[in-house]
Amino acid sequence: MRAQPILFCKNGLMDSSAQVDPRRHSRDTWIVIPLYNEESVIGRVVAELREHFDHIVCIDDGSTDGSIAAAEAAGARVLRHPVNLGQGAALQTGFEYVRTQPDAGYIVTFDADGQHRIEDAMLMLDLAKRDDVAIVFGSRFLDDRTNPGWVKRVVLKTAVWVTNRTTGLQLTDAHNGLRVIRADAASRITLEQDRMAHATEIVLKLGRTGLPWREFPVELLYTDYSKSKGQSVLNSVNILVDLLVK
Amino acid sequence: MWIQILLVVAVIVIGLFLARPTGGDSHLAIRRLFMFAFVIVAIVSILFPQWLSYIANLIGVGRGADLLLYALVLAFLISVATTYRRNVQLNRRITHLAREITLARAEAEDALRRAAALDSARVERASGVEAPGRDDAADQVG
Repeated sequence: MRAQPILFCKNGLMDSSAQVDPRRHSRDTWIVIPLYNEESVIGRVVAELREHFDHIVCIDDGSTDGSIAAAEAAGARVLRHPVNLGQGAALQTGFEYVRTQPDAGYIVTFDADGQHRIEDAMLMLDLAKRDDVAIVFGSRFLDDRTNPGWVKRVVLKTAVWVTNRTTGLQLTDAHNGLRVIRADAASRITLEQDRMAHATEIVLKLGRTGLPWREFPVELLYTDYSKSKGQSVLNSVNILVDLLVK
Repeated sequence: MWIQILLVVAVIVIGLFLARPTGGDSHLAIRRLFMFAFVIVAIVSILFPQWLSYIANLIGVGRGADLLLYALVLAFLISVATTYRRNVQLNRRITHLAREITLARAEAEDALRRAAALDSARVERASGVEAPGRDDAADQVG
């Protein structure tokens, strides 16, 4: 299983955890990936996740390309929305599906475009289990590995400010798709923001559960692909309106 | 001028109404009251055209036609606001429906796979081949 090199391994972080079992979280962890038209990358993302985890659930949000086939071929369980609903809706569907799985202990939300590092997810799971915290948020601003560029930095920092003001939590990053959520925490929230505003909503609702949470430094791999897929600055206007008008 | 105060207050009220948490029935009632008032005003202004100009002069608008235009702008704003909210609620319902379909289909597929996994385990056992344990068969499902 370990013979194949892990593509995202850049900083040699895997070396430190190489002594421990790379599949230590495989049994009780469900990876939840909202999937929408990511045909070219989803296969690789799922295949690499499969080296560490047994349970990978992709929620296809009405893709019009070959995303479903690519994800299934790589070994993911693919649930299909009949129509496009949005990333928040896909996450909520994933949470509700995992709720029906008796062995599910933890959920990891992961982006389909390959900008998250699996090693970060593994370390976040280690932290969640060691310190018994219910929620671990990934943050790209806890160290200087990630350089999003100044426009994106300003937009993201504004989003962080808005999120902290509305949620009462003190996070350093918002709209980071990598999160570890214990199953009981996930079952206590219902996301109603179908589109991108869910990223603020999820912090708000998890915060309200009063369960212990942490932030964990992660690196985001801004590849040309993920940049081209990334949210435009204008979309932050949509997020604000979605949050204000219900 | 009175008209400016009236218009600004009306726009603010519509804005607040838009940001207010949803109250389904009161919403509908307000829409209907608004429609009722609209019909009354329309009839009155047809029967007594000079009435509009009189009101307009009273609150500092030159002509009745201008007052009509202002009222139209407000009515349009209200219409946009209520339509947007109805859309949001409609979308929420569609989401719930779609999610139910997705989860029901997933459940059916999982049940089928579980049955198939058990079947193949049984067949292998019956044919004397070393059968994989039940646990292994079930793992294929997840």
